[in-house]
Amino acid sequence: MQQVSAGAAPRPQYPTDHPAAPARFAVGQRVRVRKAAPLGHVRTPRYIRGCRGTIERLCGAFPNPEELAQQRSGLPAQPLYRVRFLQREVWPDYRGRSDDVVEIEIFQHWLEEERRR
Amino acid sequence: MAQGGDLGEYRPLTYFQLMEISLRELLVEKGVVTEQAIGDAVADMRARTPERGARVVARAWADPAFKARLLENGTRACEEYGVDVPGLRLVVVENTPAVHNVIVCTLCSCYPRMLLGIPPDWYKSGNYRSRVVREPRVVLAELGTRIPDSVRIRVHDSTADMRYLVLPMRPAGTEGWSEERLAALVTRDCMIGVALPRSA
Repeated sequence: MQQVSAGAAPRPQYPTDHPAAPARFAVGQRVRVRKAAPLGHVRTPRYIRGCRGTIERLCGAFPNPEELAQQRSGLPAQPLYRVRFLQREVWPDYRGRSDDVVEIEIFQHWLEEERRR
Repeated sequence: MAQGGDLGEYRPLTYFQLMEISLRELLVEKGVVTEQAIGDAVADMRARTPERGARVVARAWADPAFKARLLENGTRACEEYGVDVPGLRLVVVENTPAVHNVIVCTLCSCYPRMLLGIPPDWYKSGNYRSRVVREPRVVLAELGTRIPDSVRIRVHDSTADMRYLVLPMRPAGTEGWSEERLAALVTRDCMIGVALPRSA
């Protein structure tokens, strides 16, 4: 796996064709997924809400699917990250290696800065 | 579409088959689409098979520079190689002696159709989708793939705009093989990460 340093300016893997909100998080930065339960079409799985993880990469920026599902434009496009979570922190009863991970795409508006490690 | 030419026992149409026929006939009647356009789209979908993904994997095994570009930006590397992947934003994840990757879409059934075709039924099942994120080693063992404890597992949940392909490890004893011969070792399931390539 590539070594990343926190604080490095993220470079989107797939630049957007649309006006996009600026990326707030750097590769390697610790984040927490918002614990919310909005109605409607949401691409953040319930099992990961409230979990802490690390930014693995910035994928690009894409129209917000929650807005698209309401027949709106979804613009400005939202930065989309791949976030890495330790399985042991997602599932307290996880059986497997302590460094097994699950990696998930999460839109920026679902992420908050996590200060404690 | 209902299966044409499927002579054999008579089976009544299922709810979804009936809905598909009704909707299709209505759209054709109203001039929104033509039967020809629908037939072409179905033929196009059926023409996409895991052999396309296998060609990409074999190329990566044979050419380290291509592999590096594939891991950096999967879509661009496929296009450069002449595999047309319209609309696909591809992330390729590499298996190594220390890491095994497996792909799932827990929310629905997102899948790199441009490279692997139509997903198998088990990939869309609630059983696979809910369990492979929670107990990947157990699910992989049930599918016949035992991952040793010395190997980390990375599960990739494709929840949004990216699609994923596993780059398996090149089997031993294949030094000097042509890409065509290598591609024959690459199965659909090893590109999802639930199996290993055929051995040489």
